[in-house]
Amino acid sequence: MADEQKTGLDAVDDGPMAPISGETAEPSSSGDPSEHATVAALLERYPDQVQRHQLTAGDQWVVWIGPERSHEIMTWLKEDPAHSYDMMSDVTGVDYGNGRPVEVVYQMYSTGHSRALRIRCPLPLDNLEIDSVYDLWKSVNWLEREVFDLFGVTFKGHPDLRRILMPDDYAEGHPLRKDFPLRGRFSRAEQTRRALAQNVERFYLADELEAGEPQEVEAIEVGSIAESGADSLPTRAEAGEDD
Amino acid sequence: MATKTVEFNVGQGREMGLGGAGAPSPIAPFDIPEPDVGTERMLINIGPQHPATHGVLRLVCELDGETVTSVTPHIGYLHSSFEKLGEYRTWNQIVPLTDRMDYLAPLIYNCAYVMSVEKLMGIEVTERCKVVRVILMELDRIFGHLLWLGTTAIDVGAFTPFLYSFQQREKIYSLHEALTGARITTSATRVGGMMADLPEGWVDELGVFLDNFPKTLAEVHHLLTGNQIHIGRTQGVGAITAEEAINYGFTGPNLRAAGVPYDVRKDRPYYDYETYDFDVPVGEHGDCYDRYLCRMEEMEQSVSIIRQAMARLPDGPINVDDPNISLPSKTDAMSDMESMIHHFKLITDGIPAPEGDCYMAIEASKGELGMYVVAEEGGTKPVRWRVRPPSFVNLSVIPKLAEGHLVSDLIMINASLDIVLGEIDR
Repeated sequence: MADEQKTGLDAVDDGPMAPISGETAEPSSSGDPSEHATVAALLERYPDQVQRHQLTAGDQWVVWIGPERSHEIMTWLKEDPAHSYDMMSDVTGVDYGNGRPVEVVYQMYSTGHSRALRIRCPLPLDNLEIDSVYDLWKSVNWLEREVFDLFGVTFKGHPDLRRILMPDDYAEGHPLRKDFPLRGRFSRAEQTRRALAQNVERFYLADELEAGEPQEVEAIEVGSIAESGADSLPTRAEAGEDD
Repeated sequence: MATKTVEFNVGQGREMGLGGAGAPSPIAPFDIPEPDVGTERMLINIGPQHPATHGVLRLVCELDGETVTSVTPHIGYLHSSFEKLGEYRTWNQIVPLTDRMDYLAPLIYNCAYVMSVEKLMGIEVTERCKVVRVILMELDRIFGHLLWLGTTAIDVGAFTPFLYSFQQREKIYSLHEALTGARITTSATRVGGMMADLPEGWVDELGVFLDNFPKTLAEVHHLLTGNQIHIGRTQGVGAITAEEAINYGFTGPNLRAAGVPYDVRKDRPYYDYETYDFDVPVGEHGDCYDRYLCRMEEMEQSVSIIRQAMARLPDGPINVDDPNISLPSKTDAMSDMESMIHHFKLITDGIPAPEGDCYMAIEASKGELGMYVVAEEGGTKPVRWRVRPPSFVNLSVIPKLAEGHLVSDLIMINASLDIVLGEIDR
């Protein structure tokens, strides 16, 4: 990162939000957890897993938890009748850059208790792995795939973890990470060359290709038609289509 | 593979041969393979360029005869990386990106985005702005549902509702144009207010539309609701239970058709929706027909909400009175020193945000639309701007819904989910 902030068009390639100061203070918890039944219960039940909690944007509660026992906590949040977060609205990632951990963010809602909660799981950059919650909420199927695609976070236990928005054989990395340049890693010419060299069959999954094995068809030799029909067809010169 | 030997006999039959005996055939008997019916799976590719996929969606279906055994949706053909682009733009510069996601109901997206940013920054918009945004969001709910209505009817072979609904959409296009200068890419909102106040006579035009629109809706009701063909194509097709619908992440009319009365406007109200008098239609069976009924009823409720909002539309400023958020008028910026400085700072720097994050969920025409913004202290650009796309999650359920149905039902199920690929791929 450059020391001084660039402005205008120069800033476009420089990445968003160049750090204003090098050091970021260790954030602290805020808000009175007794206002939110789930936050209070989480602090009581998993005191060593809850890293901090925060009341943000007026009335939204955020809890930071460690990734090691995240699946256990998620199961409890869904199954416990006092909380029963049956609706997993969103799973996404946040990358702050500057070597800070990538965070996986869960937005949940309990239709029974009309209560919303946000869980954030910071993952160290050298170990971007977390347990999938697909077995609890089927709605995270594509959402986790998207986080995997755009941030490179591996969800252990996801049944079908592959890229979703980018092509399956996309080799340039994970676009929403801060170290990914806005205009891609390769030059425009190289990107065009790669696009033209694509093999269309790569858009099929392996088992789809297997299921659709083409019938054995006797290949017609290209030359045989040309030989038989060539004499009757006038060439362009004969037909007077000279340009 | 089984084979069958075919022998040809010449002159078989009493009238032709002698004593019924066939003459030996000049053609030698030969074997032809007999097809193994029902054991081969067949792959059918629908899209990405196909009118019935409602966008650049590609569905790879595995068929057993004409029955769908599995569907694999492939998306990403429209991926434009809006969320990455947003990280390089100031808060107000992101607004034009939002209406390009759901171009069928752009004003809802404009409003949802600025609502999230305002909540993060703790900005309270003016009363007039709130009511205007409610009008615009409900108008675009009708706008989005009308397109769904027309295209879905055409998918089951009914052409007339398509013409009727697009005639009415054209009226909303005109309202968009009068308000923002654009028909689809409206970009009507700004942090702390609107791009412009409602123009002269706009509310009267809206009133004319509201007077005529229910007639069209009644005509479409007459054409489709009791229609034998429509019922046969939609009832019992793509059904899902209430519990599964929640677990699979359905929101919006798709969820309510399954019998779950979850509506963000009622359950997590914003902009005083709790003070408006409206019903949330809830289905029973969760099939395509109930989704149709829910959306038809929602349009009528939206008309009622707009009428209530028009009645209470207060006078007063539309933008917040804070020079650090709202741009000064052009005259002020040219003549008043302080206004000029504020104008310069707002354009070159943008609006500084506090440290934090905010997830704002609203009820879009497709379902729960969440706008999640993350900011660093004093940041004039988001660290992360995330859109929780309702149709992205809704579409991910299609493999479950279509399993065991016919290919023609798959088209109907896909249409009934009301997807828009601009928002799915982003």
